Amino acid sequence: MGEAQAGSCTVALVGAPNTGKTTLFNALTGSRAKVGNYPGVTVERREGRVRNSEREIRLLDLPGTYSLNPETPDEEVVEDVLSGRMAGEPVPDAVLVVVDATTLERGLALVLQTLAAHPDLPIAVVVTMIDELRARGGRVDFDRLATRLGVSVFPIVGHRGVGLEEVRRALESAETLPRNINGDAVEAADHPIARFAQVDEIWGDIQRASLRPDERTDRIDRVLLHPFFGAVTFAAVMIFVFQSIFTWAAPAMDAIDGSFAQLAGFVGDALPPGVLRDLLTDGVIAGVGSVVIFLPQIVILFTLIHFLEDVGYMARAAFVVDRIMGWFGLQGRSFIVLLSCYACAVPGIMAARTIPNPRDRLATILVAPFMTCSARLPVYTLLIAAFVPSTAVGFGLGLQGLVMLGLYLLGAVTAIGSAALLKATVIRGRPSTFYMELPPYRFPSLRMLASQVWRSAKAFLKRAGTIVFIASLIVWGMLNFPKADVPPGTPPAVETQLHLEASLGAQIGKAIEPAIAPLGFDWKVGVGLVASLAAREIIVATLAQIYAVGDEEDFDGLRNALEADVDPTTGERVFSLPVALSLLVFFVFALQCTSTIAVMVRETGGWGWPAFAFGYMLTLAWVGALITYRVSSVLL
Amino acid sequence: MNQATTKSLPLTALAVGETGVLEDDTAKAVSDRLCELGFVAGTHVKIVRRGLLGDPVEVELRGYRICLRQDDLSGLRVAPPERNSS
Repeated sequence: MGEAQAGSCTVALVGAPNTGKTTLFNALTGSRAKVGNYPGVTVERREGRVRNSEREIRLLDLPGTYSLNPETPDEEVVEDVLSGRMAGEPVPDAVLVVVDATTLERGLALVLQTLAAHPDLPIAVVVTMIDELRARGGRVDFDRLATRLGVSVFPIVGHRGVGLEEVRRALESAETLPRNINGDAVEAADHPIARFAQVDEIWGDIQRASLRPDERTDRIDRVLLHPFFGAVTFAAVMIFVFQSIFTWAAPAMDAIDGSFAQLAGFVGDALPPGVLRDLLTDGVIAGVGSVVIFLPQIVILFTLIHFLEDVGYMARAAFVVDRIMGWFGLQGRSFIVLLSCYACAVPGIMAARTIPNPRDRLATILVAPFMTCSARLPVYTLLIAAFVPSTAVGFGLGLQGLVMLGLYLLGAVTAIGSAALLKATVIRGRPSTFYMELPPYRFPSLRMLASQVWRSAKAFLKRAGTIVFIASLIVWGMLNFPKADVPPGTPPAVETQLHLEASLGAQIGKAIEPAIAPLGFDWKVGVGLVASLAAREIIVATLAQIYAVGDEEDFDGLRNALEADVDPTTGERVFSLPVALSLLVFFVFALQCTSTIAVMVRETGGWGWPAFAFGYMLTLAWVGALITYRVSSVLL
Repeated sequence: MNQATTKSLPLTALAVGETGVLEDDTAKAVSDRLCELGFVAGTHVKIVRRGLLGDPVEVELRGYRICLRQDDLSGLRVAPPERNSS
């Protein structure tokens, strides 16, 4: 191997999912990654600098891939980067192919494919998890492997740092990593059949003792994947996830609620009365506060989802439900995506990248917004608290809780039903191969878990700080301007009402009133619906401003105002139970979320599918709300 | 080869715990991706477990395990299982 060379270099990591590629990346770079996206595709690009090196060595953590013959957008990126077809990404100076020692025979296929497809790239092989190989009695002659492949082979234990120094030293002269250790470069087979024949031959030459099955994983799987006990465990885990979102989050949500109310009070006291004070307290603080309050639920849900994923249970859950999802044209992986959407459809839709079949991926993305995301919660909570009587129905459940559960089920059932419908109509086609690995159970690294949860929470807060912040400002402006000409001597309450009715928001609400009147909605709800196109939760802040309840975090105040609102001509209550139910159903179906639409545009590569989704969901919302209103008006 | 074809049976007909050897014309019967995953003629494939109502199927081949659906495996035929293998 040559001396350390001058200047900087880029080394790409290639490997199948679950091979310890990211652990190696973190160990070499000290977990300091620059995270971005590849241009044109939403595949995450992770780059970091190798620590303690004599020169600048940039490490590029390519997405996990089973083969260089790509099937998913993630896999395509790998081959594009290696062959220099990725815009703005120069061909790497060297490649480390990462393979798992416990599945080395299969890993050899990817190594041989890389050697065959890129004869000019300096390449080395890193074999991870050799501690597990040894613990299970396996022995492999790695020197012999290096001789057979003609490239350097580094056996390591990533999380304990064993063997990392050798890898780091080799990277100092990455450009001269040898391809011909014993003279001639090895001729690697390109076609899969010839390649596997070569794998068989090399594997027979280097394997010294075969490894025993992973007994711990086998024992756990006998229960968790049992046809009966597996289903029971699955149901228990799901109930636990839901229960914890609602019960554990409550104290933290109350605390956030209180601190935003305090902040509004503090700003209100500090500033003189006037437009600026109203803007800050009613517009900005109340608007952003109504979103940030859901941070605890997001954090809990993502902690549980990432934990289940890292520990290895998510793949088992997908195994258990795969057959049932298959009836609806979906697959086990779609289930994981839809589960993530209970927090927020944005990360959920991004997780759909792991679905290799493009039609399954599209169907999953198009139905994901039906899953009850946390932005619907404030709307549900407000309307249910205001209009559904809090009577008990037995089994420790109240009627209010039952309605809430019903809304969640309605969303999930609609999602799965629509998927079946879409797969049978607009995205027909022969299904492509479904395959999934069940990784061995491992205790997750708490540091990695924390950083994943932090990334999700940060994305959520950014949304609150941008979209919701701006929308709150616009809504506030629309509801406060233009002002009406109010004759002097008018009582303050009437004056507020006149100003509101003259505002731009009221004009918009009245303009769309004919379209929403059949659903039982008046112009005030109309303003809320228009505003909530930006983000669902904004309707709460909007109604609060319309009903002049200074702090809409004070649900009781807004609830009382809604209950007390009567039609000036008929004297009937504007918000009856049928209206509330109709509005709830509208929110179950409608795609009112700019972030979701934006991420759909990115993931489906255009505006066509998002526009289609927006259209059919709005239609479904309108029809669903109409039926709900008519039926419940007759029945209740 | 003719003898193998007459005696062969579908991979999905194997019981849990049984191993079969993929027969010679495997390449014609499988998708490119199955081929990339190592389903080529002569490979030993063991049925590890089946899910609720038979799907998915976890199989073991080439020292690793992977879950697939019966539909995707339906074209694969194997020589009779090694019932008394270790």
